[in-house]
Amino acid sequence: MDIKEIRRDFPLFQNYPNVAYLDNAATTQRPERVLLAEKRFYEEANANPLRGLYELSQKATDIYEDAREVVRAFIGARSTEEIVFTRNSTESLNLLAYSYGSLLQEGDEIAISVLEHHSNLIPWQQLAKKKRLKLQWIEIDENGRITEDAFRRALSEKTKLVSMTLISNVLGTRNDVKKFARIAHEVGAVFVCDGAQGVPHVPVDVNDLGVDFLAFSGHKMLGPMGIGVLYGRKELLDRMPPFLYGGEMIEYVGKEEATWAELPHKFEAGTVNGAGAAGLAAAIQYYENIGFEKIVKREEELGELTFRTLSEIPHVTILGAKDAASHHGIFSFMVEGVHPHDIAEILSADDVCVRAGHHCAQVLMKELKVNSTARVSIAFYNTEEEIIRLGESIRSLRRRMGYAE
Amino acid sequence: MQNSFYREIINDHNLYPTHKHELGCAGCEHRGINPNCGDDITLKLQMEDGVIKDGAYLGDGCAISQASADIMLDLIIGKRKEEAIRLTDIFLRMIKGEATEDEIEELEEAGALTDVSHMPARVKCAVLAWHTLEQLLHDNAK
Repeated sequence: MDIKEIRRDFPLFQNYPNVAYLDNAATTQRPERVLLAEKRFYEEANANPLRGLYELSQKATDIYEDAREVVRAFIGARSTEEIVFTRNSTESLNLLAYSYGSLLQEGDEIAISVLEHHSNLIPWQQLAKKKRLKLQWIEIDENGRITEDAFRRALSEKTKLVSMTLISNVLGTRNDVKKFARIAHEVGAVFVCDGAQGVPHVPVDVNDLGVDFLAFSGHKMLGPMGIGVLYGRKELLDRMPPFLYGGEMIEYVGKEEATWAELPHKFEAGTVNGAGAAGLAAAIQYYENIGFEKIVKREEELGELTFRTLSEIPHVTILGAKDAASHHGIFSFMVEGVHPHDIAEILSADDVCVRAGHHCAQVLMKELKVNSTARVSIAFYNTEEEIIRLGESIRSLRRRMGYAE
Repeated sequence: MQNSFYREIINDHNLYPTHKHELGCAGCEHRGINPNCGDDITLKLQMEDGVIKDGAYLGDGCAISQASADIMLDLIIGKRKEEAIRLTDIFLRMIKGEATEDEIEELEEAGALTDVSHMPARVKCAVLAWHTLEQLLHDNAK
């Protein structure tokens, strides 16, 4: 993999050659072909998809539906009917909580882990409140891992739904979703997987994992902001009521009644993000042109270097697992005596972009007994030189904050 | 906060604060929190005949939030309540980039935080102590 060549595909790196962008868990950068795919949609096929009978609208529809097929193949779904386009993971998970949630009854239980991002936590918490469901918490061990015991403890015969992230956006730990989905099915629960951090960085096949639903965002995997995906097993999506009502999600509408369009359009009310879908498809094709397994390998190597670099710096503590491979490119760390916001600000002065804060995971922050952390998250296009710069910057932190060493 | 002179003032107050300690006072404390970043300070003032006789704070957070509290107390201890309110107003306007140079001069070391007006993400840290002071004095007037 020629990183120099790859970086030339990203206009932002051309515009900011000195910036080390290490906040990829928040959003990635986008290659030019993704931006061009969006532009081309508007320049060469712009009409309202799924509406008109004229040629332009047909072209817009084709681009939109072709993108759905690209997504389907990417995650190994059986049919494009199982691929619903949304704005992002957050919307996908809210759709589920609202729509699948309406099928749950008072006294039913749902289980989520303490690792969850707020977008896979608040929708369920609020649903539980509204429908008087019981929310059960799946705990983590001292390395941030969910053990089978802990998982089983949170389940009962009343558990109807389990929702869990594939990869933690704070610790980088990967949950054994395949095993947990199987156990959830044994008690009759459906299994929702938040793939926002996982889908961009590890190969995902929904049937191999055995998950019933999978949510992910385009913008964390080289795609545009404002396009995301909800995969759902057809039998389940069929049973679920619409999430939003409006145009293009209906079959028949009268004054008193309406019937719903077939899948997946039942869940895509209103004008869709055609250009966004085109951009997401281009992003997936970009991954595939390089080869997903090469990307995974490259990120493992960079992760190894990042872990080693951080581990060797005095006063630095990495949160979570004690080995690089378990982090999947995500490293939350603390520097003794330096608040994470000060870390991020000083690193920014050195043109190194890292995240500081609670990372939308306040429940996990409480578990870890911290208010906030600094976080480095890498992508395949990062360079060894950037990681070395990160290390040098962190090494200088305490001195720059007024400490003697 | 790239100017190293200002950085030094912040570092100094953050690492070696003068006013970060317990202070006995009844009903004259107020807690200020930035829920988003976890900055958390509890400010205490001893008032006597409308004058701030002494003050202290406890808490934790980033260097700017903590240093700002220490610098603020340096400035307002010994001043009348009305004067503290006036200076707070200047400080908050400075952070918005709306205070004059003469006004900033009046803030003494707190003027070191003027750079924060160019750092939107740090504004909340810088103003936490001052908003807490406003609240405390407001409650105290009731």
